[in-house]
Amino acid sequence: MLLASTARARPGMAHAALALLAVALLALPWFLPLLGLEFYLSLASRILVYAIAATSLNLVLGYGGLVSFGHAAFFGLGAYVTGIMISEGIQSGSAHLLATIGVTAVAALLIGAISLRTRGVYFIMITLAFAQTLFYLANSVKGYGGDEGLTIRVRSLFVLGNTVVDLKNPQVFYYVALGVLAASLFALRRFVPSRFGRAMLAVRDDDIRAEAIGFPTYRYKLIVFIVAGIFGGIAGGLSVNLQGYVSPNVLHWTQSGTLMVMVILGGVATIWGGFAGAAVLLLLQEILASWTQHPEFWTGWVLLAVVLFARRGLVGLFASRASPPIK
Amino acid sequence: MSGLLILEQSLNGLQFGLMLFLLAAGLTLVFGVMDMINLAHGSLYMVGAFLAAWLVRLTGSFVLGVVGAVILTGLFGMALEAGLLRTLYARDHLSQVLATFALILILNDGVKMLFGNDLPLSAPDALAGPVELLPGLPYPAYRLLILGVGVALAFLLYLLVQRTRMGALVRAGASNREMATAMGVDVKRLFTFVFGIGAALCAVAGALLGPLLAVQVGMGENILITAFVVVVIGGIGSIRGALIGAILVGAIDTLGRTLLQHLFREFLPPQWASAAGPAVASVAVYVFMAVVLAVKPQGLFPARS
Repeated sequence: MLLASTARARPGMAHAALALLAVALLALPWFLPLLGLEFYLSLASRILVYAIAATSLNLVLGYGGLVSFGHAAFFGLGAYVTGIMISEGIQSGSAHLLATIGVTAVAALLIGAISLRTRGVYFIMITLAFAQTLFYLANSVKGYGGDEGLTIRVRSLFVLGNTVVDLKNPQVFYYVALGVLAASLFALRRFVPSRFGRAMLAVRDDDIRAEAIGFPTYRYKLIVFIVAGIFGGIAGGLSVNLQGYVSPNVLHWTQSGTLMVMVILGGVATIWGGFAGAAVLLLLQEILASWTQHPEFWTGWVLLAVVLFARRGLVGLFASRASPPIK
Repeated sequence: MSGLLILEQSLNGLQFGLMLFLLAAGLTLVFGVMDMINLAHGSLYMVGAFLAAWLVRLTGSFVLGVVGAVILTGLFGMALEAGLLRTLYARDHLSQVLATFALILILNDGVKMLFGNDLPLSAPDALAGPVELLPGLPYPAYRLLILGVGVALAFLLYLLVQRTRMGALVRAGASNREMATAMGVDVKRLFTFVFGIGAALCAVAGALLGPLLAVQVGMGENILITAFVVVVIGGIGSIRGALIGAILVGAIDTLGRTLLQHLFREFLPPQWASAAGPAVASVAVYVFMAVVLAVKPQGLFPARS
């Protein structure tokens, strides 16, 4: 099976690499200031936020086989829900989280219920259309910034007993984002070999056959679409907390495109693909921006090279066994 | 709201629709025949507009500048097809998305390096004034030129696709590529040429719309999605569908923008009306696409047999 070939090939080495990565990520906020690089903590946080969003898209795109070109809809909705609640004076992080989950779940249910009746290119176009619709709506809602966007002065505040978790603190934010990313990677890792996960892969590879066997294919796809939408929304809520700002651009199709590029770059239908893609793309842009005025130009060439020479994405380069490409 | 206003806006809608058709024509063929998602199609529109603005300034002649830009963009499109896009036809949609998204980044920044963030391009002086179409209906002469060029090109393209041997081969490819290849059509070589024509048409739209909108980096991104909507509404691979779809989308977008704004002004506060009009019009295009797909899942004029 293609599922866990990466990790199962040499469990010892994979575990060691994972432990090393975990230690490095946990220690990052400590040693960045030691090197005088505390500025890069916000970049690291941004990578984590996009990694969550890209991982959620990888669930639909890679494991669901559904090429959603409108994932920015959920990212943007999450960002706007938190932004609007804060601008209305509600600072409770748990309220933001609940509202984000509620709104994105309902939105994903509606969008998914309609889009999943189509397939192929039409699915791509319908999901894109829904996201663009939200983009234009956000542009026209003048009460919440319209096309100029919405700036928030405070951040989500979680009160857990006596502890107060304020996302305004960069270190706190980093660890919260890291926690959410770890949780979503863990959930994805558990999902893939589960009964539901295997059924989903059967649906992806041949949904007529899966339906004939007796799987409720439409419902499975819808559930995956909704779960991915919720995680995309949570990433959006984190992003407004990180930037202190949300504008309709988070809903623009190029945002959906960027998330897709991260997934394809990292590796479609791989656990680490979303994380790897987000980290490599954002780091690449940051590094290129420091030595050229035209970072996008060179980013484009790197992406082209990946398409032409690393057909299974970056994670695929390190995978020990060949797995069949996704349709 | 008068009849004259509606007439004027209908002309504007038709004009926008014809320009959309020029973009959608190439897109629908690449999409339909080669099953290729080309996100960089909007970048050709941008390249064409920048080349036109540059050449118009260089030559001092609007006509020379536009014709030069159309030829250069066509050649650029053919080089792009032969050098890169051709290798992507056999790949999956995701690879095509990644590669053509990369192309957008490269072309956006490449144009920025060569020409800067934007270039001025204005309509020729001779066409700067209005023409009195009907008593009480002055209409900008330049917009009439766009209408004329759009109608002429649409007609020429129709003849090319419906009445020539090459057109028959393209239609055969759109209907069933494997079968056409098996019958001895060299679809690949044909396609370099088709892609060049598609790129040249993008340049016509970019150069003609340049004076009305703005010649700036990123101008292709928004219109690309509208062109995709046109392609899906018309039926992927169908030139006729692209024409009908483009005119419908142009009308809905333009009439929606102005007429809805008038309508909203009747019962909404003005600051809401001016914002809601464009938003609802933009959304209306997507709603229309959803309705069309619900009724005819393959679009209005399905090309595939």
